[in-house]
Amino acid sequence: MPKTLFDKIWDSHAVNVIDGGPTQLYIDRHYCHEVTSPQAFDGLRRRGLKVFRPGRTICSPDHNIPTQHQDCPIADPVSRNQVETLRRNAAEFGIDIFDIGHERNGIIHVIGPENALTLPGYTIVCGDSHTSTHGAFGAVAFGIGTSEVEMVLASQCILQPKPKSMRITIDGNLRPGVTAKDVALYVIARMTTSGATGYFVEYAGEVVRDMSMEERMTLCNLSIEMGARGGMVAPDETTFAYLKGRDFAPKGEAWDKAVAYWRTLPTDADAVFDAEVRFDAADIEPRLTFGTNPGMGIGISESVPANPGKNDAERAGYTRSLRYMGFEEGEKLTGTRVDYIFVGSCTNGRFEDFRLFADMVKGKKKAPGVIVWLVPGSRKVMEQLRRAGIDKTLAEAGFELREPGCSACLAMNDDKVAPGKLCVSTSNRNFEGRQGPGSRTILAGVPLAAAAALTGYITDPRTI
Amino acid sequence: MDEKITVITSTAVPLPVENVDTDQIIPARFLKATSREGFGDNLFRDWRFDKEGNKVESFVLNDPRYSGCILIAGKNFGSGSSREHAAWAIHDYGFRVVVSSFFADIHKNNELNNFVLPVVVSEDFLRELFNTVHADPKAELRVDLPQQTITNLSTGRWEHFDINPYKKHCLLNGLDDISYLLSRKSDTEKYERDADHY
Repeated sequence: MPKTLFDKIWDSHAVNVIDGGPTQLYIDRHYCHEVTSPQAFDGLRRRGLKVFRPGRTICSPDHNIPTQHQDCPIADPVSRNQVETLRRNAAEFGIDIFDIGHERNGIIHVIGPENALTLPGYTIVCGDSHTSTHGAFGAVAFGIGTSEVEMVLASQCILQPKPKSMRITIDGNLRPGVTAKDVALYVIARMTTSGATGYFVEYAGEVVRDMSMEERMTLCNLSIEMGARGGMVAPDETTFAYLKGRDFAPKGEAWDKAVAYWRTLPTDADAVFDAEVRFDAADIEPRLTFGTNPGMGIGISESVPANPGKNDAERAGYTRSLRYMGFEEGEKLTGTRVDYIFVGSCTNGRFEDFRLFADMVKGKKKAPGVIVWLVPGSRKVMEQLRRAGIDKTLAEAGFELREPGCSACLAMNDDKVAPGKLCVSTSNRNFEGRQGPGSRTILAGVPLAAAAALTGYITDPRTI
Repeated sequence: MDEKITVITSTAVPLPVENVDTDQIIPARFLKATSREGFGDNLFRDWRFDKEGNKVESFVLNDPRYSGCILIAGKNFGSGSSREHAAWAIHDYGFRVVVSSFFADIHKNNELNNFVLPVVVSEDFLRELFNTVHADPKAELRVDLPQQTITNLSTGRWEHFDINPYKKHCLLNGLDDISYLLSRKSDTEKYERDADHY
């Protein structure tokens, strides 16, 4: 029977299927950070258990860590305790940790791929919804809760009902100035914030084939924002070229064998999906959000839509959202004054993101009065930017690179947007208070963030 | 777990807001704890309290007319972050059932793993439940897990709800997934020996 990419990986990892219930799924790679793991390790201690396969779990503190002076102890005692707890747990249970300052430290969804700990055909989980990022490599990767983290630590398996399958095809070619982030924000707006709930999505089509690995990661990263369990892209030459030679990639004969296996993974020609959706790349322009969920987005040339609510609850939700953001129906957002700009996160915190930002600001100057946080997703990204001289280009334009971490994406460290202030952010969520209590977030791609950083206003990046 | 869920009869707390994300259920700054306890104090923190920490009187959890261990919420409850802290906060506050017309996947699993029962009802029935509870905060609902029914005791109207039979068995008998997985360890070892796709 013809199979999808998802089915091939899922079925080959099914240890058992409980009658009328979930699959016992074997997990190849488990990533662990400090926020969602302490209670799982406590659970193991309470039950007197060891970690079943410690070699398959990798820890990296990322959510709480400061993005300046990482050589000093964390000032916030509660954050410090959480990071120290991860350190203690990794030592006690014999798990590798890329600690603060380690050459491989960074946001877990950035360091997994860049060290080739993420590979095609893998099942990958982490107590973090943006685990979908790793699907860019043709892996089944999804976020889990802490009870499930404990299951994986204890048994290297998880119990999961098999999701339905959906293929989202994006045909044609992207217009100039349109990025993978714009594609994702467009798809989420069209699908709505719950439109893919219950599904695992495969992204296909010319646009996706033409994307670099970093762009595919941006696209897959945002799958959860339309409710999908995960998103994935079939592995191809782009995937293999990216992985070859990286720290944990198979080497020599093992590499050839792996590539031969990976070539068998793409969806068979006549495989059937539970749902098929198609979009045309020509319809996508630089995007930004205006509301308090990632589905509330528009193209830069569009105005805030009239209330589309079909019933009282929907209308009330929309009104509440606009009131929180301080925007009106019919309003154009270009020309709106911006207070903060954040470039980083597991969505847009990789080398190509900062190179693109630097290309746009080269020879120009940062707008006075705006606070700009440029936070690389990992220490390797930071080093790579320095080697390419990009830190200097940025410095000449008045910008400074910080040290790696999740930072202002969810403001668990000191990088908080002040109450009522507006931030153009390349991250993944614009929920109420996401970047600090009372903060207002506009999600966008790197070019729009760069344009705002140069002008101090929401500006069409194609005019810079 | 010593807990079980069977039949629950209770008044309910209505929250007719759609797309309630887990950042609202428990904001990120409260995720720094390393234990599971005490999250209920910060459930819906930024809707319940203003910047100075004063109660927002208009928010339903601060409204003395409403109480009970059933939360009724608008469509797409629990979207966004996978933080299980959201389910811990709901449970710690005292809720045992959340009723909505649609749940986000990860949060739904997290509720089930913490002995909070997510009950999916039709849009129409959800509207009726909001109307009933708004009209009479003392109105009771009955959630019957063995029968998989939810009944509006004021009108007698009821609906059947779906739950995967394995999870139902776990909730009824106070079992968790880890016990099951540990009992299957030899299958996992066999799988590792036999897997030839690497």
